[in-house]
Amino acid sequence: MRPAVLTGEYFMTGDVACAEGALAAGCRFFGGYPITPATEVAEHIAGRLPEVGGTFIQMEDEIAAMASIIGASCAGVKSMTSTSGPGFSLMMENIGLAVCTETPCVVVNVQRAGPSTGLPTQGAQGDMMQARWGSHGHYEIIALAPSSPQEIFYLTVEAFNLSETYRSPVLVMTDEMIGHLSERVVIPEAKKIKTVSRPRPKGSKARFKPFEPGPSGVAPMASAGEGYHIHVTGLTHDQRGYPVMTVETQEAMMAQIMGKIQRNLDDIIRIEEYRLEDAEFVIVSYGVSARTSLAAVDEARELGIKAGLLRLITVWPFPEARIRSLAKRVRGLVTVEINLGQIHLEVERCAAGQAPSLLVGHPGGTIIPPGRVVEALQEFSRGGV
Amino acid sequence: MNQPRKQETHPLDGLLRVDRIPHIWCPGCGIGTAFSASLIAMRESGIDLEKTVMVSGIGCSGRGAGYVNLDSYHTTHGRAIPFATGMKLAKPELNVVVFSGDGDLFAIGGNHFIHAARRNVDLTVVCVNNFNYGMTGGQVAATTPINARTTTTPAGNPDGPFNLPLLAYASGATYVARWTILHTRELMESIQEALLNRGFSFVEILSPCPINYGRRNKESGIASLKIYQDKTIIRNDARPWELEIDFDRGIVLGKFIETERPTCTDRYDSTCRPKELLEGEKTLE
Ligand code: SF4
Repeated sequence: MRPAVLTGEYFMTGDVACAEGALAAGCRFFGGYPITPATEVAEHIAGRLPEVGGTFIQMEDEIAAMASIIGASCAGVKSMTSTSGPGFSLMMENIGLAVCTETPCVVVNVQRAGPSTGLPTQGAQGDMMQARWGSHGHYEIIALAPSSPQEIFYLTVEAFNLSETYRSPVLVMTDEMIGHLSERVVIPEAKKIKTVSRPRPKGSKARFKPFEPGPSGVAPMASAGEGYHIHVTGLTHDQRGYPVMTVETQEAMMAQIMGKIQRNLDDIIRIEEYRLEDAEFVIVSYGVSARTSLAAVDEARELGIKAGLLRLITVWPFPEARIRSLAKRVRGLVTVEINLGQIHLEVERCAAGQAPSLLVGHPGGTIIPPGRVVEALQEFSRGGV
Repeated sequence: MNQPRKQETHPLDGLLRVDRIPHIWCPGCGIGTAFSASLIAMRESGIDLEKTVMVSGIGCSGRGAGYVNLDSYHTTHGRAIPFATGMKLAKPELNVVVFSGDGDLFAIGGNHFIHAARRNVDLTVVCVNNFNYGMTGGQVAATTPINARTTTTPAGNPDGPFNLPLLAYASGATYVARWTILHTRELMESIQEALLNRGFSFVEILSPCPINYGRRNKESGIASLKIYQDKTIIRNDARPWELEIDFDRGIVLGKFIETERPTCTDRYDSTCRPKELLEGEKTLE
């Protein structure tokens, strides 16, 4: 029997590192459904959960997988699912339920090229806007984008921590390349891994209101079977959790579920900067594309182009403030992503005409080679774009 | 005329979320009766109510979870069962009761029903079958009798309904019963048995929807009850494939299946858990 935190040095794929990250974070329930290229996350955790006292179940479809993890989380157990494009589409309605009922859970999307069945075995980053807006209605969501198997381990832990802190679903938006890439992964000792659990109620059970924010701005969460007699609904509800069909209740609930994220951007948003100090051209990228962009920065510098990289680790909420401040002082922004312009639209919006913005994109199925990014930078720097 | 005796309390006060009353159900609707039968059964069964959860989907019956003064979850349309499955498997000590309607459980949620029954997840599923989608104004359902009129079958329903007890039995349910809201005593007993049965238990409750189904099929609330009285036959030994709802030949009610088989959690523990872990747990006790 192996421990939950598999301390040691390994050569493992991103998908396996993701599963190990979940276990290290305290995930003890996984509801899954097979789909390429995310299946290995489920396969790995299926073997591991029973030995650490957790439960794995392969549900009948992704709708059920998503519903099951919300149910498990409401029972007080940290829970996760993993999927790819078609399954992610099926999960959307229940992701909205988790948002509305403020239920922590983690959804991993190992992206492949779409639309529809697309290229099942080949990667892409085409679900980034779906991650932001895929469930109906207006809401905030947290999405993280790892660039290596090592990082997917840490970001899966982080995804659970953010999810528990803010009582919100958190999306790990990886891609087939990172999911299937084998690299060195170091898993630290259990005591060196910070894990967070949801805020918990204190005081009178009778007076407890399940959606009344506590001191952190997030409502403490009671689990099923603890005697709080809570009611939880996906209908617009008040702080008691009771459905109230009024405009005022809608406004108050929305302010709460949006505000808890919007007020904590500094805590949620993680970015990494490379050679940005004197950069005239800034590449904005994430996930596997940030790796090819990193090489492009060095190559461009050798050609005399002052390039730098802003790597988005948190993609949603979008690091608007940093893009705005960069746009004021640089000559151009280049977004590198394996889609035909999704995060690019956000960069352009935040640049607000202060700096020109260019997309180096691809419809999916392969990575964007550094050479293509360098060429774009060259043309951009000559003013040719 | 005698003044009605002023009643301060309702016998189900402790179990009802009184501050949410009045409920949304129409006059003459059968859901209230099905709901109180479920609550009484929960109380009478002796199960630990603090560890009992009600999960509903969407629809008129789906509002049930909103009125019970226990932990209660009103989920998405059709997804009460997979939500409940996650909850039960994550915390097996909970008693998880799914209370929802026929449209929710058998059309949009049909796939989840058969799989939860196949796995024998230890859930109690109470289905109020009113033969149509009440909440949205009376559309055809997977349970609407052939030829019946609904807003989306204005000339009559060309399709046949599911035989729900047969579906439950064939999928692997270990307790299967059918009653109407008129048969409250048998119904309460059945729900109690279903709650105490270890495994996937299913109780179908035939219930009038006078406002939407009844109105279009020239069947008042009272007329529905009259049918439940005159056209039903109690046959506990009936075979599941003989349970088609036939208003002319008669509707068979009863407890049709009560059997034992390892639950989803039992089998997961015995098949997937390392032996050391299970033995460790035993020595801890
Ligand atoms: S519409 Fe029908 S099922 Fe719904 S509450 Fe009214 S009578 Fe009952």
